[in-house]
Amino acid sequence: MNHDFNELRLDGVTRRFAGAGGQAFAALNELTLTIKRGEFIALLGPSGCGKSTALNCIAGLMQLSGGSIWLDSTRIDTLPPEKRGFGMVFQNYALFPHMTVAKNVGFGLKMRGLPDAEIAPRVAHAMKLVQLIGQEHKLPGQLSGGQQQRVAIARAIVIEPPLVLMDEPLSNLDAKLRIETRAEIRRIHKELGRSTIYVTHDQDEALSLADRIVVMKDGVVQQIAAPGDVYGQPANLHVARFMGYRNVLELQVDAEEGDRVTLSGPDVRLAGMRKQPLSGGRASVAMRPEEFVLGAGPEGRNTIAGRVDNVEYCGRDSLVDVITASGTLLHVRATGTPVVGDNVQVHVPVERVLVYPSELSA
Amino acid sequence: MSSATAALNSPRSPFDRTLLLVVPAAAFMLLLFVYPFLYGLALSFNPKEGGALANYSHFFTTDNLWPTIWTTLRLALPATLINVGLALPIAFKMRVKSPYQRWATTILVVPITLGTVLIAEGMLTYFGPKGWLAQFLQFFHIYEGAIRLTHNYWGVLISLVISGFPFAFLLILSYITGIDPVLARAASTLGANPRAQFRTIYLPLLAPGLAMCFCLAFVQAFSVFPSAVLLGSPAGPTRVISIAAYEAAFEQYDYSLASAIAMIMGFVQLLIVAAVLGVRNLMYRGPVSGGKG
Repeated sequence: MNHDFNELRLDGVTRRFAGAGGQAFAALNELTLTIKRGEFIALLGPSGCGKSTALNCIAGLMQLSGGSIWLDSTRIDTLPPEKRGFGMVFQNYALFPHMTVAKNVGFGLKMRGLPDAEIAPRVAHAMKLVQLIGQEHKLPGQLSGGQQQRVAIARAIVIEPPLVLMDEPLSNLDAKLRIETRAEIRRIHKELGRSTIYVTHDQDEALSLADRIVVMKDGVVQQIAAPGDVYGQPANLHVARFMGYRNVLELQVDAEEGDRVTLSGPDVRLAGMRKQPLSGGRASVAMRPEEFVLGAGPEGRNTIAGRVDNVEYCGRDSLVDVITASGTLLHVRATGTPVVGDNVQVHVPVERVLVYPSELSA
Repeated sequence: MSSATAALNSPRSPFDRTLLLVVPAAAFMLLLFVYPFLYGLALSFNPKEGGALANYSHFFTTDNLWPTIWTTLRLALPATLINVGLALPIAFKMRVKSPYQRWATTILVVPITLGTVLIAEGMLTYFGPKGWLAQFLQFFHIYEGAIRLTHNYWGVLISLVISGFPFAFLLILSYITGIDPVLARAASTLGANPRAQFRTIYLPLLAPGLAMCFCLAFVQAFSVFPSAVLLGSPAGPTRVISIAAYEAAFEQYDYSLASAIAMIMGFVQLLIVAAVLGVRNLMYRGPVSGGKG
């Protein structure tokens, strides 16, 4: 397989499974995506959203039910995985337990029929890249989880694949190792510039690693955008919830001026930015806990009054639950030290109030 | 150090009463295996006449006794190789769940529930000179010559394959399904075609299990008796070692010689098993999954 490609194109990639009662359901529905050379793409979504299905379809481990996959002008979705030559890193590492680390890393080269004399230096180079020098002759079982995952990464990149596929590679590691290995993956990607598709359910991983994020839900793509856009401007309420917009209120639409919407509820008056066309006079409003500020806003705008119901101390700040008189619960991150039972006011900037069509009417 | 931890570290920690649960099994082994074995061993050194080793020298100098070792090996080794060799590819094909898997497994396993005598009865009518197979072949003019698949070497071999195959198949199937299929998938993304996946992943991980399966199947085949009598020619080419022991015990009433023959039989089995397990020790025997979780 040639290493120099300009783009990998997924065209309406669909995968159906036989569901309960013989009804076929689409685990992956019409995924269309073009990945440019050197790009780092994260497929992000909760479990069961179809992100791993997408990865397996690209790797060739799963047949497509519809659509096609193209590497430039070559159609590859009909090729078996061994002919595609993509490097894949599995969630549980999938190291060959009976082979030494060096043999594991060199496996792909061996399968390509390279002579041992050529394999050795390339394995050594990959081992250096993942900082595992000196572990070559151990069996995978003798390594820690983090080391095993780095062997798996070395094994996938040593074959210099046009595309590296990673299936939740960090989810079996503890928090500290996860952040270290994440940085490692970022460094290796910078160094090699290999196009990478990275599947994760962890938004932090996706935000910190990816050039573009594909947010998925129930097999359907919700948004494809740069990390900053996915974080700041979620395309719909599903994405917003997944990206940490924990406060979602159902409100009455009072006025729309361009994208700016004024809304009201029993004891809440908010102005926000419309993200999708509204209808039916009601809308869902999404706000991130981090975006609230204690105290009244300028001219009392976007200010909500309530009583502190619960305070969770988180070190740098606290997670405060505020209940309004009518019983609306707001999660607020605050640097002050509110006390339970206090009456407080919180406000939120207009551009950080995202307005979506009402969930209830939809 | 507190007294509690001191007690834990002390070599004279209190007697663990759950160990008593081992007693029935241990008594069972002693009474029904160790004692008869030792009794037989002692008996084999107390021949009717001659010194302590008279039975053994008699065995190895008598022309209708010592060749029974080869006769038995000539049956047991090919039968074992055929069983393991057939069971491996079939079990490999059956490793993934499919609608046919349960049916195929059931059909393949049925012979295990049949006794050797029943199999022998069936084979006599099916493979015999006037049996279904011969009649079928002759009716369609596929093979005109005389078909002799019973009362000779082949009859016993076929019966050993029929009765031994399900055993090898089940054992190997359980070993194969224990191997994480994600390993083969990983190998495929690295460029291994299905053949290479089998050769580089499945076979090395299965090898210790295959060795164990070989040993068990071999021991089973080596002690062949009913089919050697019913389907073979117990006076000639299928005069296996167990027949020799039977004759010594129940036709010559020389229990001492029979014990000696049984000991020799056990020793030969032990040699083969030790050799195979010795080779097994050289192989990878660790876990067969690819990592955590």
